Amino acid sequence: MRWLQSKVVLILGILVLVYTFVPISVVVVMSFNKLPSEQSKIYRFNQFTLDNWLHPCTDPSMCQALGRSIEIGLLATLGATILGTLAAFALVRHSFVGRSSTNVLIFLPMAAPEIVMGSSLLALFVSAGFAGQLGFTTILIAHIMFCLSFVIVTVRSRLAGLSDTLEQAAMDLYATPQQTFWKVTFPLVFPGILGAALLSFSLSFDDFIITNLNAGNTTTFPMYVWGVSRKTIPMQINVVGTVMLIVSVLIVVGGEVRNRRRTRALAGPSPARRDSVVAAAGARSSAGGLEAV
Amino acid sequence: MSETVRRKGITGYILLAPAVVWLVAFFLIPFYSLLAASLFNSDGSDFRGYTMTYEWSNYWHAIQDYYPQFIRSLVYAGFATFFCLILGYVLAYAIAFKSGRWKNLMLVLVIAPFFTSFLVRTLSWKLILGNDGVVVNTLQFLHILGPNGHLLYTPFAVVMGLTYNFLPFMVLPLFASIDKIDYRLIEASNDLYANPVVGFFKVTWPLSLPGVVSGTLLTFIPAVGDYINDELLGSTQTRMIGNTIQSLFTEANDYPAASALSVILMLMIVVMVLFYVKRAGTEDLL
Amino acid sequence: MSHLAEDTTTVAAAEGTPGAGLGLRALTKQFANFTAVDSLDLDVPTGSFFALLGPSGCGKTTTLRMVAGLETPTSGTIHLAGKDITHQKPYRRPVNTVFQNYALFPHLDIFENVAFGPRRRKVAGIDAEVHRMLELVELTSQTRKVPAQLSGGQQQRVALARALINKPEVLLLDEPLGALDLKLRRQMQIELKRIQTEVGITFIHVTHDQEEAMTMADTIAVMNAGVIEQMGAPDDLYENPRTTFVANFLGQSNLIDGTIRSRDGDMTRVDMHGIMVSVPRERTHATDSRGWVGIRPEKVLIGEEGEALDAPGNTIPGGVISDVSFVGVSTQYLVRMPWGQELQVFEQNTGRRRIFRTGDRVELSWRPEYAFVLDHAQDASAGSQIDDE
Repeated sequence: MRWLQSKVVLILGILVLVYTFVPISVVVVMSFNKLPSEQSKIYRFNQFTLDNWLHPCTDPSMCQALGRSIEIGLLATLGATILGTLAAFALVRHSFVGRSSTNVLIFLPMAAPEIVMGSSLLALFVSAGFAGQLGFTTILIAHIMFCLSFVIVTVRSRLAGLSDTLEQAAMDLYATPQQTFWKVTFPLVFPGILGAALLSFSLSFDDFIITNLNAGNTTTFPMYVWGVSRKTIPMQINVVGTVMLIVSVLIVVGGEVRNRRRTRALAGPSPARRDSVVAAAGARSSAGGLEAV
Repeated sequence: MSETVRRKGITGYILLAPAVVWLVAFFLIPFYSLLAASLFNSDGSDFRGYTMTYEWSNYWHAIQDYYPQFIRSLVYAGFATFFCLILGYVLAYAIAFKSGRWKNLMLVLVIAPFFTSFLVRTLSWKLILGNDGVVVNTLQFLHILGPNGHLLYTPFAVVMGLTYNFLPFMVLPLFASIDKIDYRLIEASNDLYANPVVGFFKVTWPLSLPGVVSGTLLTFIPAVGDYINDELLGSTQTRMIGNTIQSLFTEANDYPAASALSVILMLMIVVMVLFYVKRAGTEDLL
Repeated sequence: MSHLAEDTTTVAAAEGTPGAGLGLRALTKQFANFTAVDSLDLDVPTGSFFALLGPSGCGKTTTLRMVAGLETPTSGTIHLAGKDITHQKPYRRPVNTVFQNYALFPHLDIFENVAFGPRRRKVAGIDAEVHRMLELVELTSQTRKVPAQLSGGQQQRVALARALINKPEVLLLDEPLGALDLKLRRQMQIELKRIQTEVGITFIHVTHDQEEAMTMADTIAVMNAGVIEQMGAPDDLYENPRTTFVANFLGQSNLIDGTIRSRDGDMTRVDMHGIMVSVPRERTHATDSRGWVGIRPEKVLIGEEGEALDAPGNTIPGGVISDVSFVGVSTQYLVRMPWGQELQVFEQNTGRRRIFRTGDRVELSWRPEYAFVLDHAQDASAGSQIDDE
């Protein structure tokens, strides 16, 4: 009884975690489901099959949409990561006029509702006469826009946590400013940049609301799922969902294991690393940013 | 010893410029476009084009026609935020103070489900809450739900979906806040004759307020504008404002009305956030 | 006694050629609202273990950073081995630093940390040299670990090796032992001294810990508010302080208000609240007629009232014990004097004398050659309220 009392919070916490995994397990299970008929609208488990995994592109339009999402995700990640990293360096390392308004400008896209951002962009494109040309380019523009702030916040926090005595030590040890940057600063900030890039990709890949408003006739993977949600749902979307889950868990766990191996001698996991997990996974949760409001 | 010295000069501006230009061009200026579009003549269209007629009546019509959706959005998002706060607090507290060496693993587990596609995840709730599903059958067996009762396509399903999807936005800031609390403070409160419940409300809760504030905002804001959950789990009786804006833009092509709704939504959120942050700032949250 | 300072300097300077060491001339550093270093002149002879000692904020770290090139002086010059390096970039100076928290590169292993400097300078035979260095600091078994896997003491050694491998003209150590616990600190003090003797490089050591400075350095410069208060060998600084700051910051001192009555021959006669005491002329640093008579607590003898103590000359009657702390090797008394001041007296527990109790009436005495007289214009409490960080 006392044991239960001391563990009650932990047990409740684990129950909440279980709750978050219920739909995920459904996704995984349904990726092995065989629908009773081609046109079946009933969404429930019918029969076990590996077909969905063996033939993921039964509906070619799904794979097309998937490919487009990956393409947009990669390009948006590249763009946002480069622009955002440069800006983060400027914010931490350089002085300039208008710092606080810049901070607000960076914070707002993370706080504004997507529907408002999406409709604003659409209004811009329409008034600029691009109403007929909505598609790949406009989606890419939008994605870089909403990923940018997350990149800046993530890289900035990494950079701010980097003591400049390390750079001074490098200088003291005969490294020129260029060598100091490439041998010390960049390798130390790189995990932050990588985290920001992964975050960007997952935000871009998963975005629906903003994309849907600015996509024209182009279909991304979330838009494809949206399209089929009221019709026959191809079980292959669950394959995609499962693969996404596995890949991201592998990335996160891989980073964690690598980190543990490095600091095994120390007691307990490093708080810095934990912070970066928190930051990378939910840069939206940057409480610091809220102060800008 | 020495603070990071911020370098002066033009380099900073050069590094910052691309990002700022991008955000100004594709985030700030669009707001202006939205504002402008909300005042266009209401009988224009994509083909005939719009003219700026300062049609303030667009706003009046928008409110008149769509106030139920507005109210519904606020209520659903409010409930979802409330449920998220309860679930999220328990989880964040458990991870911060009770998980011991499993802390990092639990954090990863909080985040992991949300790397699966938002839409695919939400669709699977359709199956879970479906009429022949385990949940409905159990509730019917317990007579909590009538024999013809259902969960899918009800406000309950929508709130449930919102709660589920925005939970990490609550857990992470809460965790960040609670994890910073020195556990010895809680022990000290127990030492000073506060029972665990009193200790919680006098020590833990006030110290975690920053996380509560950012968590509720980060949950409420996206939830109020969301329409995926409502579209997939709700019915025409449960339409939220996001659905309306979206369909006015993409289906009805009524840009002025849709823009006016968007502007109203934005203003509403800004006002609420300012009010909320101000109150929270004076530790007067509840 | 007072010649000791000059002696040490001449001896140390003789080791290197004149002007070969580090020389600071009128070095000044002003920040927005205060002057951190105020027209500092300092010569550090080659091969010495030199300590810059002072409370935090006294300008010692700023001085060090200017020597390292990490801070640009507002005015003044820095010369090293006869060359002006005042405006030389840090990565071109033959000076290396052991940073306060070591500043080891967390992404590089121990070997690469140590090899960092040689690699930048494209020196040949790096491997052998790194191993030689790691041997010197006794870390050969840890070469492929990253800094986070090492203990504080080990990190300290890596930082030292990383700096020493470059064979700098001067090695700067910024509070190098500050992050270590007491026991480890003692160990590292001895270690650092050994290494310095072994490599023969000039060490400039910045610290706020007087014990650390006294243990390791052969010359100490006591710094306060941007200027050097006094410089000399540790024993000279301790035995013959010239300012109230040094008297209080380096150990403890009783400072008693006195009026100088005469300065004849070798002795100064001082009236201390009606009691005449003698102080050697060379230990009298007050120019006015008033001064602070200073005496270290362990130099004060304590005896029963009326007991003839063996010190000729300075006997101060009328004391009452107001506090007794027994600390094992010694007993520390607070003695209230007739003029109201409480004096500190430390007495060795040799067992020859009984331990007094609170309220006992006692007589104090000290040998004239242990006392000193300081300028009355100085604050008698300067340097005494500074907490260790």
